Amino acid sequence: MHRRDNDLQRHFTRRALVLGGGQAALMGVLAARMYYLQVVEADRYALLADENRINMRLLQPSRGTIVDRFGVPLAINRQNYRVLITSENTPDIEQTLNRLAHIIPISDDERARILRDTHKRRNFVPVTIREFLDWEEVAKIEVNAPDLPGISIDVGQRRFYPDSVTVAHVLGYVASVSPDDINGDPLLETPGFRIGRSGLEKKYDLALRGRAGASQVEVNALGRVIRELERKEGQSGQELVLTLDVELQRFAAERLGEESGAVVLIDVETGALLTLVSNPSFDPNNFTEGLSTAQWQALVNNERAPLRNKAIAGEFSPGSTFKMVVALAALEAGVLDTETTFFCNGKLRLGDGLFHCWKREGHGKVHLTRGIRESCDVYFYEVSRRVGIERIGDMARRLGLGANFDIDLPGERPGLIPTPAWKQAVIGEPWVTGETLVSGIGQGFVLTTPLQLAVMVARIANGKKALQPHLTRDRAVDATLIARTTDDLPDLGINARHLDIVRQGMIEVTTHERGTARRSRIGEEGMEMAGKTGTAQVRRITRRERAVRVLKNEELPWKARDHALFVAYAPLEKPRYAVAVVVEHGGSGSKVAAPIARDVLREAQLRDPAAFAPGTTTASRASTDTTDS
Amino acid sequence: MSVRYGGLSRAEPSLGDKLIHLNWGLVLLILATASVGFAMLYSAANGDLNPWATRQMARLGVGMVAMFIVAMIDLRFWLRLAYPAYAAGLLLLAAVEFMGSIGMGAQRWLDLGFFQLQPSEVMKVGLVMALARYFHGIELEDIGRISYLLIPIAMILAPAAMVLRQPDLGTAMVVVMIGGAMFWLAGVRLWMFAAVAVAVVAAIPVGWQTLHGYQRQRILTFMNPESDPLGSGYHIMQSKIALGSGGVFGKGFLQGTQSHLNFLPEKQTDFIFTMLAEEFGLLGGLATLGLYLLLVAYGIAISLRCRSQFGRLLALGITTSFFLYLFINVAMVMGLLPVVGVPLPLISYGGTAMLTVLIGFGLLMSVSLHRDTYINRRGGSN
Repeated sequence: MHRRDNDLQRHFTRRALVLGGGQAALMGVLAARMYYLQVVEADRYALLADENRINMRLLQPSRGTIVDRFGVPLAINRQNYRVLITSENTPDIEQTLNRLAHIIPISDDERARILRDTHKRRNFVPVTIREFLDWEEVAKIEVNAPDLPGISIDVGQRRFYPDSVTVAHVLGYVASVSPDDINGDPLLETPGFRIGRSGLEKKYDLALRGRAGASQVEVNALGRVIRELERKEGQSGQELVLTLDVELQRFAAERLGEESGAVVLIDVETGALLTLVSNPSFDPNNFTEGLSTAQWQALVNNERAPLRNKAIAGEFSPGSTFKMVVALAALEAGVLDTETTFFCNGKLRLGDGLFHCWKREGHGKVHLTRGIRESCDVYFYEVSRRVGIERIGDMARRLGLGANFDIDLPGERPGLIPTPAWKQAVIGEPWVTGETLVSGIGQGFVLTTPLQLAVMVARIANGKKALQPHLTRDRAVDATLIARTTDDLPDLGINARHLDIVRQGMIEVTTHERGTARRSRIGEEGMEMAGKTGTAQVRRITRRERAVRVLKNEELPWKARDHALFVAYAPLEKPRYAVAVVVEHGGSGSKVAAPIARDVLREAQLRDPAAFAPGTTTASRASTDTTDS
Repeated sequence: MSVRYGGLSRAEPSLGDKLIHLNWGLVLLILATASVGFAMLYSAANGDLNPWATRQMARLGVGMVAMFIVAMIDLRFWLRLAYPAYAAGLLLLAAVEFMGSIGMGAQRWLDLGFFQLQPSEVMKVGLVMALARYFHGIELEDIGRISYLLIPIAMILAPAAMVLRQPDLGTAMVVVMIGGAMFWLAGVRLWMFAAVAVAVVAAIPVGWQTLHGYQRQRILTFMNPESDPLGSGYHIMQSKIALGSGGVFGKGFLQGTQSHLNFLPEKQTDFIFTMLAEEFGLLGGLATLGLYLLLVAYGIAISLRCRSQFGRLLALGITTSFFLYLFINVAMVMGLLPVVGVPLPLISYGGTAMLTVLIGFGLLMSVSLHRDTYINRRGGSN
């Protein structure tokens, strides 16, 4: 019995010690594993733990404001009040929404979206109910806050354009980031970020955008923010100062009224644009809030093209405003002088073709200044034939026609100054002399934009420098703004005497008793303008119609009416302002466009914005006014 | 033969004598380990005694009382109770089939109203008692015969199969391993273990087919946790990150970022060791493992000094199951074993586990108190 017991015990002891040894060995394995994880791999896991818990959140910088030359704000950031719901803070989402619906209307579609979003997100993530609340709504919600568990108001920023319609084409607008815009800048991927989509907002987007700040937050496994560890504030976008005078711009737009067209006013000494009006316009604020399909369709299908910036993207036949180009080309080529006369009997025959003057009975004996002031077509047919299309084209390009200025706006069109080589290449037919004649009165292939016409007049008025038109005080190099200089502008290279002759013709347009725009003269001491009318035909007048009676514009559908043009500068001595007015299908240049140009030039000289450098505030301008008077 | 207590030879020892001779060192170790648990539960609740720490303390109190009662009772009583306890465990397992609550995707608890009973925990103790009773009753020579082993094999496989049906692969394997350890201690021949090992390897392909999808996934994920960091591998990855980022000295009490930001799953139960190692580092983790090593060593020492085969087998069986639980849990959170929902004894939050562990220690102390009691084959003293 005892021996057996002792056997059993010895046997057990042996096996127990083996088992215990095994257990001790396994404990050793655990200790070794701990050493491996906590000492050998500790750095790696410490990093992983930080990556787990630390999230970088970008702080959106506020977008730079855009102001006119006197500091009048044109694009600002307004507070955007949003009402949000956080589902974890409300016992019953539907009930809370019902109560909220008494304060602000919530449509069934919106309600469905809100419920869908709250189910989709984690319960501590706020879901937007509505944006762009007004103050009254915010106040009502705040007052009722105790009855609205889970409802909160959040303030963000939205772009707002105080003078929205007046400067819409220049400023453009901002819109949500589309997948095509994503370029690695993480700011673009932050929720609710808006990017410049058109106009200056687009062109100067990088400078206006600013630099993002960053907030390091500690999050838990569900992504809930526990606390902020570090915050680096971003940098707001830079202020963009325009050369425009928004009051003058509004004046010009109102003067155009219901007409479709463009008014471009430019500083003759610097090339700074003071107005750049395109009518009709649109409200870019609607784009910030998102446009309905119906609104968008209305804008796109409107035959007067409100979205199109006609000042830079509208290509029109210049009509008789082109005659200064032909005259200068001829003077420079030496094919005529002030004494050279041609006889106008109302038409000119060239081979089989018959070319009419706008005046059926003819002008009689015409010399250069008379040709300009009375806009004799036959005279310019003769001049064009002598000077040739090549030299006309050269002069046109020297005056700023036929090419883009790379002004700061998207959508600029180059117009067209035709050459025989161009016609051969594009149409595949040789140039014929008749086309030179037609080009000589700014018809046919010739196309110009209102901006180009304004620059043309400004260069004629300036006489020395080939001015470059611009809209902003500074130019942008990536995100940096650098002040512009006018020092390195190329010389115009046109004989001053020849310019005097052409300007004399333009002066007579408003001052001579037979000038085509005599009725639109300013008539005030030291403020008179010199100009040139233009009436661009958009239809072909048949031989039969001409035999009976040429139809008046009022008798034609809108689309078939002539474009009315007028280009001018003022004052006559030391010109400071140049203007180009184009009224689409407006009728005659002298009747429709010239009065508008006159009013704009008069107003410009009264306000005299060019006397103040862009960036002058309205306050300092007011004080200068007082010391002057 | 006289009965001796701790070297004293007396016919009937008083309760006072028994109290004096209790293994107070073991009690201290248990208290120390449980206190580590309280601290971690306090931390898991972000520095709050509620909801876990206070309740765990109450359970320890109740469990300690039960432990002392169990320790005082004569070993022969436990020998007589061995088969009924085993049968009760089986019944409870059967009951869980019909009325168990669904928790963690498996039926594991019986809701007794005041208490959530986990029958597999009861079974663990019942099996150790029953196997100790069985091997106590047979001769060393008979253990070599397979016919004598069929009954204990059935005793192991019956509960293992029922636990597997719940389904709880982890506990089923623990049950089999406890049984295996008992066989080893009882003196079953080495070649039989070898044969079983070969059979198991051969059965792996068949077994794979019978596993549930999530069980297969857990094993696959265990093989390569990085393959699926947001899915099943998430728990293991996050646990390893927590441990590793703790470093040598840890992030400090209540400072564990992984656990307090909820990257760590079930930090108050299965992953409590991870939290401990994150906040107290390698040193804290090793110290805790040291406590466990002492507890296990204590158990082995008690078993070696016991003169009855029942006592020896009971003591070391209970010690081994205690060891298995702690090893599997710690190995699991360190990514050495698949995630199998096994708590860390004495530290993890949980009522049944605490109670069964303490009753186990009670039995261990009873063995220690009655180490010189002679028990014959049928369970009597003469």
